[in-house]
Amino acid sequence: MILRTTMAALFAGAILLSAPAMADDANTVTIKNFDFAPMALTVSAGTSVTWHNLDGEPHTVVSVDGVFRSAALDSGESFAFKFTKPGVFKYVCSIHPKMVATVTVK
Amino acid sequence: MTILENPSRRGALKCLAYGGAGTLFTLTGGIVLATDLAQAATRKGQHANLGTPLFVQISDSHIGFAKDANPDVAATLKQSVALVNGLPRKPALILHTGDVTQLTKPAEFDMAAQILSDLAVSELHTVPGEHDVTDGGAVFMERFGKPSNNRGYYSFDSQGVHFIALINVLNFKPGGLGILGDDQLAWLKDDLSGRPSSQPIVVFAHMPLWTIYEPWGWGTGDAEQAFALLRRFGSVTVLNGHIHQIVSKVEGNITFHTARSTAFPQPTAGVGPGPGPLKVDAALLPGMLGITSIAYARHPAAATLTDTSLS
Repeated sequence: MILRTTMAALFAGAILLSAPAMADDANTVTIKNFDFAPMALTVSAGTSVTWHNLDGEPHTVVSVDGVFRSAALDSGESFAFKFTKPGVFKYVCSIHPKMVATVTVK
Repeated sequence: MTILENPSRRGALKCLAYGGAGTLFTLTGGIVLATDLAQAATRKGQHANLGTPLFVQISDSHIGFAKDANPDVAATLKQSVALVNGLPRKPALILHTGDVTQLTKPAEFDMAAQILSDLAVSELHTVPGEHDVTDGGAVFMERFGKPSNNRGYYSFDSQGVHFIALINVLNFKPGGLGILGDDQLAWLKDDLSGRPSSQPIVVFAHMPLWTIYEPWGWGTGDAEQAFALLRRFGSVTVLNGHIHQIVSKVEGNITFHTARSTAFPQPTAGVGPGPGPLKVDAALLPGMLGITSIAYARHPAAATLTDTSLS
């Protein structure tokens, strides 16, 4: 029981300490070296996901099913989209269609 | 050394390795003959006899790009225009094989149009690159969509040669190569049917129509269906951009050629994380940018491709 309490406290502490960073990172996709990271992101409905292009090359974020489409994102630019409905949303960079990733909305 | 007197594919391939300053290509009966441009220049008269200057290819201007690989792409496009205007004989038309802009922005298209309006040749044909259609194609078609009825593909004849503009940068399949699509392929079949096999054909599109490097998407997935329709023709020249470097191949009567960019070079296939701008020493840059001029000899029908760098 004591052990369980300690662990719970540690866990809670970890969440508190990193809460701002985690809230941000959890809904963010980084674009670097011609890759989306993470390639598979899971969020809950109502979440805004932000893509940051950290590459020297422009990229786009284009839903395969036409649900969302960014403009060309130059280095340092971002795009955000709010997912309201559950589903698996596959997307590509329309400039480099080898770059493929998904957002799963629960 | 010139191999014009001693044509052999091995010799041609050897000369292709010179690359750099510019290489002169001739196509006769499906065999590329190549000679170093510097030598061609010293043999004045011979160059002119190789054919009628027909058109010049400009590619990958990327107006709006301003990073280390070339902070002033407007200046290098202007130099390319000057190179065209300085040719000893004026070509009949110019092909721009796409990536006119970096980010599909109207202001980028406006600047490109302003620079290209200085060309001494008024007939300009343009196919889009993927950088020109990141909005799905509306901004590009507003400016260049008229000849194709906003479809992006069309054909025309000039001086006996049949030109075919194709679009392979829309509707990518995830993870895939460039794509022509069923509608465009059906149109191409119609366009070629009944056309005499003796008519020279020039096909131009942004992304390579043959697979140069699949992991970087340097190819067009359904292009083989187009080549099935083109193989019966005696002289087919396929011109692309996209990869910002010269790569050539001859297959039967079909010559494939990619042009240099006027903006910045890209790495050789597979070198580095992806096909992004390649930063080179400023002194080396002009030698890696340039244009391609294409001529035809009438008797016998033969295409001559000359790559000229900005240095």
